[in-house]
Amino acid sequence: MKRFGMPALIGISFLICIVPAWLGWYSNYIQFIITLIGINIILTVSLNLINGYMGEFSVGHAAFMGVGAYTSSLLTVYLLTENPFFGKAILPEELSILIFPISLLIGGVAAALFSLLIAIPSFRTRGDYLAIVTLAVNFIFKSAIENVDAIGGPRGFMGMGKVVKAMDNLVSFPWLIFWTFLVVVFSIFIIRNFINSTMGKSIVAIRDDEIASELMTVNTRWLKIVAFMLSCGLAGVAGGLHAHTVTFINPSSYFILQSTYILVMVYLGGMGSLSGSVISAILFTILLEMLRPLDVWRWVATPLLLIILMLFRPTGIMGSRELLDVFPKLKKYFSSLQERLTNAFIKS
Amino acid sequence: MPLLKVDKLTHYFGGLRSVDNFNLELNENELVGLIGPNGAGKSTVFNLVCGLYRPTEGTITFNGHNLIGRYPHQITSLGIGRTFQNIRLWNELSVIDNLRIAHFSQIDYKLLDSLFFTGRLVRDEQKVTEEAMDLLDKFNLVPYIKELPRNLPYGIQRRVEMCRALVMKPNLLLLDEPAAGMNQGEIGELINLVRWVKDEFKVTVWIIEHQMRVIMNICERIQVLDFGSIIAEGTPKEIRDNPLVIKAYLGEEVT
Repeated sequence: MKRFGMPALIGISFLICIVPAWLGWYSNYIQFIITLIGINIILTVSLNLINGYMGEFSVGHAAFMGVGAYTSSLLTVYLLTENPFFGKAILPEELSILIFPISLLIGGVAAALFSLLIAIPSFRTRGDYLAIVTLAVNFIFKSAIENVDAIGGPRGFMGMGKVVKAMDNLVSFPWLIFWTFLVVVFSIFIIRNFINSTMGKSIVAIRDDEIASELMTVNTRWLKIVAFMLSCGLAGVAGGLHAHTVTFINPSSYFILQSTYILVMVYLGGMGSLSGSVISAILFTILLEMLRPLDVWRWVATPLLLIILMLFRPTGIMGSRELLDVFPKLKKYFSSLQERLTNAFIKS
Repeated sequence: MPLLKVDKLTHYFGGLRSVDNFNLELNENELVGLIGPNGAGKSTVFNLVCGLYRPTEGTITFNGHNLIGRYPHQITSLGIGRTFQNIRLWNELSVIDNLRIAHFSQIDYKLLDSLFFTGRLVRDEQKVTEEAMDLLDKFNLVPYIKELPRNLPYGIQRRVEMCRALVMKPNLLLLDEPAAGMNQGEIGELINLVRWVKDEFKVTVWIIEHQMRVIMNICERIQVLDFGSIIAEGTPKEIRDNPLVIKAYLGEEVT
């Protein structure tokens, strides 16, 4: 059975998200929301890898997002635009189309390396340790950036708008949505592959029983570090996209509030459910936008949502199931390699 | 050369001496039992061999490798499979996934293969699934492969766990109280199963057990542990008649 499910799904979302934006049917606001949804999907899916599949508890995902955001936007603004921070542009504007994705990648790598620094001491033990460390890291990140005046300190950093505009001037195309879309597809692709592979599925075994995993030859420490780095690297890329979408960032953009949003989306969707994460990221972003008239009360409404969620549906929308488990008929279009191998053996 | 050589093994839990000067030479294809009252330190010996605890003193050599200071996953990758006193299957993963994941040290593909779904991953996953299926087939567990272990009957869970312990192609199989919680009928099956596993997979078996019926039936040699030190060693018959053992462990049961 040829699995055309995934390509079809990607094609349809491409048609919905990018083509109308390209033809100019979507207002800037709608485009902004679509980009934000994409960014939130990346963040939720990546945090789900740590909090859902691996069963560790990271509460400072925004810090890694922030590392990526600052790295990539510093890079593009420094190289491509004339700005109050670094002076004249170094490269011609025309290169923005090329530099932008590279800066995203570098942002992701920076976040992954930063997470390695935290992972090495944190994964010696299990339990609440990682939660405390990531919480501290979020504070450290904010204070550190606030104390670097060269990049705006607490006042924030801007100029990414010019980069985006430069890309648009060169070729009129919804570049941000396009790259967000690509990164979303990429994130889901690699996380899904990882989770389904024997190597990646071992993180679920670690969540289940770490000592048994270690005794069944699983290199638990290495695997935990790798999964953590993968997740934080993707958060870094998402941060780069976010910085270029909102065009103005300051240290508090990547503080506890943002971390909490990501956590809410993960728990709303369901721990250890990729499709749940995607659904909840879409729903939550739209909900948050609809609550905009509430102004400051939004900050009350969203935590309240988390409390209500925990009271009435503690497993989230999907629990640990995937959409496929709810609609088993679709399985033949989407099933993973491992599942097909197993089924082939049962039949024979 | 013995397969496993444990020499003067001593271990303290804080101030408590849990294992005291434990010695053992396990030869290939032997079936040796380790018995003793509750809290005698039997499981601790297993955990020391597997690297979960670090011994205070002593050496452990397996197949020419020094095991002291290695991580547990490195030790078991060398060819030591084990089961647990209270079954420790991964209950959130299906039986087939339990078997697949135990292949962790045997998969050839790298991290990037698993992320980008390369041909090497496909080939390897196929190989892993094939091997797991073969093993499950030998244990007559094929009907259960998609079940979660917690939904399976107790005896089946025990069998799945033993099956999983054989995935790493062990030379040495450590069984920690495999008969715990079993009724007499199941114990009979277990005795046959252990004998069959030993012959079929050419493994050396080292077994901790409370059930005298199992120990006396299958072990070629028995060590008795009390308060962390060996108080007797010998064939089942010698152990049965040893007054020290009777005093420490078997009590009136024998008389």
